[in-house]
Order: sequence, then structure tokens, then C-alpha cells
Amino acid sequence: MGIWERYRLRLKRRQLRFRAFRKRRELLALKDRTSSIGARDVIAVAVLRNECVRLPYFLRYYRDLGVRHFFMIDNGSNDGSREYLAEQEDVSLWSTNASYKAARFGADWLNWLLFRYARGHWILALDVDEFLVYPFCDTRPVQALTDWLDTYNVRSFPAMVLDMYPKGPVGAERYREGQNPFEIAAYFDAGNYTISKNPSFQNLWIQGGPRARTMFADAPEDAPSLNKIPLVKWHWSYCFASSTHMLLPRGLNQIYDEWGGEKASGCLLHAKFLSTFEAKVEEELERREHFAGSREYLAYAESLKGETNLWCKWSEKYVNWRQLEILGLMSKGNWA
Amino acid sequence: MTVGFIMMCHTALDRAAQVARFMAEAGCPVVIHVDKRVRHRSYDKLVAALSDIDTISFSERFACDWGTWSLVAATQAASEQMLARNKAVRHVFLASGACLPLRPLPELIAYLDARPTTDFIESVTTADVGWTIGGLDVERFTLRFPFSWRKQRMAFDFYVRLQRRFRFKRRIPEGLDPHLGSQWWCLTRQTLSAILEDPKRRAYDRYFRRVWIPDESYFQTLARIYSTQIESRSLTLSKFDYQGKPHTFYDDHLQLLRRSDCFMARKIWPKADRLYRAFLSPSSEQAARAEPNPGKIDRLFAKAAERRVRGRAGLYMQSRYPVQDHENGKTCARYSVFHGFSDLFENFDIWLSKAIGGRVHGHIFDPERVEFSGGEKIYNGALTDSAALRDYNPKSFLTNLIWNTRGEHQCFQFGPRDNQDCNWFMATDPNAQISVVSGTWAIPLMRQNSNFSEIRREAARLQKIEKEHLDILGTMYVKARVRVWTMAEFIENPMEPLQAIIDEIRPRATRRLTEAPRMVDLTGFGQFLQNLKNQGMQPTVMGDFANVGEPQPADRDRGRPYIVR
Repeated sequence: MGIWERYRLRLKRRQLRFRAFRKRRELLALKDRTSSIGARDVIAVAVLRNECVRLPYFLRYYRDLGVRHFFMIDNGSNDGSREYLAEQEDVSLWSTNASYKAARFGADWLNWLLFRYARGHWILALDVDEFLVYPFCDTRPVQALTDWLDTYNVRSFPAMVLDMYPKGPVGAERYREGQNPFEIAAYFDAGNYTISKNPSFQNLWIQGGPRARTMFADAPEDAPSLNKIPLVKWHWSYCFASSTHMLLPRGLNQIYDEWGGEKASGCLLHAKFLSTFEAKVEEELERREHFAGSREYLAYAESLKGETNLWCKWSEKYVNWRQLEILGLMSKGNWA
Repeated sequence: MTVGFIMMCHTALDRAAQVARFMAEAGCPVVIHVDKRVRHRSYDKLVAALSDIDTISFSERFACDWGTWSLVAATQAASEQMLARNKAVRHVFLASGACLPLRPLPELIAYLDARPTTDFIESVTTADVGWTIGGLDVERFTLRFPFSWRKQRMAFDFYVRLQRRFRFKRRIPEGLDPHLGSQWWCLTRQTLSAILEDPKRRAYDRYFRRVWIPDESYFQTLARIYSTQIESRSLTLSKFDYQGKPHTFYDDHLQLLRRSDCFMARKIWPKADRLYRAFLSPSSEQAARAEPNPGKIDRLFAKAAERRVRGRAGLYMQSRYPVQDHENGKTCARYSVFHGFSDLFENFDIWLSKAIGGRVHGHIFDPERVEFSGGEKIYNGALTDSAALRDYNPKSFLTNLIWNTRGEHQCFQFGPRDNQDCNWFMATDPNAQISVVSGTWAIPLMRQNSNFSEIRREAARLQKIEKEHLDILGTMYVKARVRVWTMAEFIENPMEPLQAIIDEIRPRATRRLTEAPRMVDLTGFGQFLQNLKNQGMQPTVMGDFANVGEPQPADRDRGRPYIVR
């Protein structure tokens, strides 16, 4: 890496931090419970809008994994999400009506809150429809993972997004509040992911899955990225460079082994394709607040016209993390 | 007679207290050393929590850094205290705060009572160990190490290199034969007191102060001088990974630990409630009373190391993305590429699928669509037949296909009309079996209904592509099993090469080929080539057809014993 390149990225990181600093005024603290955070707590962070139906299960899932505190940024909900979150004892809640897009799809807000409250903590940057699965997650809480990563001085842990979908049309079975979404969306694509390396940020760019297969078959380069690095031991100087897909400094993106070995990794089960999906697509198309002119949502809308069925006969039914490990979607690394 | 425990603690003091109480209640005296860096408040809390038991005492506190003399000094102080205060102790067991007894302590006492003069200390000569960190073995004893390996790595490495450059060597004190081993030992009072009361101890201590990681060599070396009977193994089950970090045990290891029959395990994750509950409950009854046998755990951790260092061959994923030529296997299983066969034979894929008893694909790199076996639109792992998706990343497509169909030999057709991006990849992949009949692309052209100038242009294009592929297959970098025939050679006698290819795919098949694939009608092919030549194009890759005139498929006429008609 040349000196000039290094300098450029360092400058970029400063700019991003400054941006986050400026955007801090957009966030209004509704419930600030940050003083109750313990020194070794794992903190989950999420930006959301109108996700009231999903929240109960989301919070329960991560509490069970051992997440002790939640930072939630409410981006103008009007379905009661805000009120629901304000009641939760382990949630610190901020609210904003500012543009999601202008905040670089929420990354600026995340960067600010993490800078301000999460230094020295392991943080989990999530969406409310993403559910982290890591090796041994059925028997070991997330602290076991972070303690283990600490012994190796590893600062970040990758988890690829795995799109889950139901058998049959996406909206056929209604999702009820508090329900495990994977009772409905139980299927995933096991082996059609393409990987390339981003030379400047050193992260891997993963695409594929049911969305690429059904909605982006003609324009594969536009298919959404599935690589994410949700679990990071935060330092004040870090920042998310593009959503939670990549970080700066770029050493944090080197979560893969280049000499044939496997590092540990997990998956983010993505419960996007539920009965709530259609309403979401309409709303988002109205707002146009998403990445690349919301082309993803345009594609969704297009496919929804024909009653999307993402299921095919080679769809794999989700069982547990060991299944994902055997399929090669995630790895235990040398954790045993 | 009993066993005394020395416990070295620096974190998770509540767990250490729990274990110490368990030991004391079994009648074993305990001396606890707490790192000086631990805050007073936590230390006082620990002392207060254990104040009701008088067989537990606390030794002088040292600030301990990994791999430094301070650990040995702390151990010495605690050992002296143990021996002075507890006359009944015959064996002293060095443990850490993250250790957990796996078998009831009376069993350990009985085990040691049966071996009253045996010292359990792993102690091997430097030449015999393969696990040293940083590639230092003998040099641990002959160089100086004033810098911390963890905190001052640059200085550490520099100083090591400097000493090597100037051939600096420390003199090993007379009478010492350097030995290394796990720092968790169990020594008899005789041996331990001999080490501590040695008149030359000052000299030894001064020497070991500058040895690297003395806690793994001080007692291990000195015990060799005084012990009458050394059993070179540790009673503590402690596994290290390839980076020299101890593996941690969690709740889900309970059964493994139970079955290991070891006396003590390290290190236990402090929040592993189930393990602590299971092994520290007074009624923990276990059937097994065998010699320690950690074989299963060894295998588990060996596999973990293997996975971390070599990984699964042919897998490309979010945390395994090897740079070129360091893949440890570019693909995960063997596969066969048939270049040019489908143009020469009618329904070659069907014939082949019968011959090998498996599924055979068409041209999976076809520009129109992926021709999966049986015309499937979607295949294992939800790969689709979309050419656009495949061409977006052909290498991923190929490795995915091979990975998704593990356990099944993949065969597919290939030719110069297909996407050529993977040619280098396949040629350098030892798993690939590439069979080429060159020049057969001209056969469909012969039947094509279009202007001859167009045909000529197309022929030139295909020949160029095929030549490039053949050039790749002719380089010294090729790792695949490659067979190349010109078309003229091949049609002379097609069955023998086919038999050889199929034998390689199915080495254990006993039946020989009984049915030949049907060759397409080649009438007029020689003339067609001549026309191309007349139009100024030079078809070369199909071999020499000039003498043959009209090529006759040889197998039709000659009575081959393996062809049933």
C-alpha cells in the first residue's frame, strides 16, 4: 500500500467522522439509557422505520444471544415502533426525521452514536430484519465469541447476508408479531454466490442468492451486496464507510484468509421476504431514500407484480448453523 | 498424605474462589497467587470470600507478564509458602484460576498416593518440540530476551536478529540440560524443595531471568536434576492452537471433558456455568475411572487447526478467499472437460452419461444458456442457467458447481464457441481432466446455411480461440490431466482414447465400453476443408485430412472386440 493511498484513506476517514459529527444534530435522544451500559456489554445498533411488527422478536432474539443494550435510531416511524422501543429497559432510543439517504443510508448516524457511546465495546450493527448466526450460537452466548476474538486481538467478525424466503408467494402467509420469521421464510440458496475483491478497501464483494437469481439475472452487477461486518470492537477512530458492508481503517475488512485457511465467520439470516414486504416496497418507492436510486426496490416492485416466488427445487431448508457450516457459507475457523 | 494446589489467578476471581473452595473442602490446602495488577478492591473481595477457610492462603503478589520471569518468581514464592505451611502435603499441583478439576479430588489423591515418588511434569529436550512460538527453541536458552514479545515485538525481533548476526551465545550453566514443557506440573515435595533449596539457585535464577518463557523451562529443566522418577506429561489437560494460545472450553464440551478422564482441564470460559456446576457439585458421579485419555479432544482441536490453516479445498467464501495458487485445491473434486466431442458425436452427453453411470452436462459455458444435464433450468445450490449471471463471474460459477455437487463427478462439454474465461483456471487445476479433440467445431459450420465468406470468418475466429486454448494446455504451468488429439487422429480409432478417459473417471469399473457413440456423418468434410483453404483460410487444428480424402469413421468397419452390434 503506497503512502499516498494510505493518506487518502486516512483523509477519507476523517471526513466521514466529521460528517458524522455534523449529523449529530439530526438525532434527538428520546430515551438515553447509555449510563446503564456495563463495561463489557455487547451493544446492538439499528436504524429502523415502521418495523413495529418485527421488533418484539428482534429484541428477544438478541437478548437471548446475550446482547445487553440496544441503540435504536427511529427514522420517522408512525406505526408505534417508537413508543414500543421507548418502553424497553435496555434500549436507548434516538429519533430523526432527516433524510436516510443524506445520512449515507444511516451510516453517519451510526458512526456518531458509536463514536459517542460505544468506544471499547463490541458492537453489532444490524437491520431489524437481520438475525446473526455464528458458530456454536446455540450453545454459546455472543460474549463467548467476543472473548475468543479478544484473545486473538481480532477486531471484526464477518457475517454474510443470507436471504431467507418462504415456499410459495412471498406474501402468502401472514407474519404475526413476535413470531420467529424463519418459521415462514425457512429457505435459502446454498451455493450461487459470487465473490470478488475490492482492491481499495480490501473487502470482499459478495453477490448472489435469490435476489440476484430472480430479479437481477440481466444485470448481475447491480445485485445487492451480501458481505457485511456486523460485529466490531469499536474504537473512536473507526467508521462504517458504506453502510455496514465495509469499514475504515481497512484492516477491519480483512476478515478472510488469503492462504487457503478459513477464518471464523457467521451469517446474517435476512428475513426481508415476509408478508410485510409488499407494503415496505411501496413505501420505500414513495420515499426514494435507498441506495442507487432505490434500484433494488424498483426491481422488487417489478417482481412483485408477478407474485414473487423465490423458492425453487434446490432451495435449502434452514436447520441450524452447523448446516450453514457444512455448506461452506460460514466457518468455525479454529474455534472449537 | 495429600496434594496441595497452587493457583495462579489474574482474571475471573469469582471462579477461582469457587474452585479453591472446592479444593479446600476436599481437604487440599490451597495457596493463591493473585496478579499484582488486579485491583485492590477485587483482591480484598476474594480474600474476604475465602476467609472462612484456613487452609487457603495467599502468597506474595507479583505483576506477571506472559513469558517473563515474574511468573516463575510468583510460583517459587507460592511453593515455598505451601511447603512451609502444610507438612502433610506430598505433591504440589500448579494450577491456574481458569482450571477446573474434572474428576473428584479423592481420585486424584489416590492416584498420586499410588505413585508417591513420581513427578508429573512435561519435560522434553528442545530438539524434540515442534510447538515453540516464533521458531525459537534452543535459542530460548542461548540468547537474551530483555524485550516483551507481546508489547515490544519490533525490539524483540530486532534484538534476536542482532544476536544471531553477531553469533552471540549465552553460556548455559554447568549441569543444566535445557528442557521444555507445559507450565502446569505436579511435583513431589522432595523434588520441589530440592529445586527451591538448591545452593546454586541464585545462579540458576539469574540465568533463567533472561531466558525466554522461563515458566515453560525453569522447573522442567531443574526437575531433571533432582527427580528420581519423571513422568513426562502434565496432569492438566491444556490444548494450544497453532498460534500458541490455549483453547477454551465451553458448556458444550461437557461430555468431551467427562470422557477425557483427565484430572484437571484448562482453560475454562469463566461464564461456562454448566461446566462449573457439573464438575464442582459434590455429587458429581462419574462411571469412568480410567487413565487420562484426551484423544477425542486432541482430534477436535487438531481438526480446528487444520481448518484454520488449510481450510476446505475448493471452497471460496466470506472468510476463505485464497490468492491465486495458494488455494490448497482450486476446486473440491475431480471433474472432466470434453472439448470438441459434442460436435463429433451425436448425443455424446447421453452416451457418456450411460457409460459412466452419472449425470453429464452439455456446454455449461455456452453463450446462450448454461446447458445443465437434462436441460435443467436450475441446478444444485440454486445455480441458474442464466448466461449473464454465469458470465458475471465464470470462475465462481465453476467452483460453485463443483462444490455444490460434492460426491458426484462432473462432466461437461466444451468448445471454442463457449466462454473461455476459465481456461487458465481449469488448466492449472489438478482436479481437471481435460480431453480435447481439436477442429471439430468445423463440422457444424459445414452444415450451416449461410454465405461462405461468413462461414470462413467464423471458422477463422473459432480456430483462433481454439489455438489459444491449446497453447494454454501446452504450457509448463498445466496441472490438469490433459489429452489432446487432432480430429484426424481421433476418428482413426476413437474407442481406445474414450476407454482411457472413462477408465480414469471410473477407475473401479470392471465393464468395458460396449457401445460406441454415434459419429456424425462426415461426408464432404474433406471437401469443406479444401473450400476453406481455397478461400484463403488455413484450417490446421483438425490435423491432416489431405491424404484421407473422405474420412471414414474407422470403428464402423473394424471388428473391435468390445463393440457389440
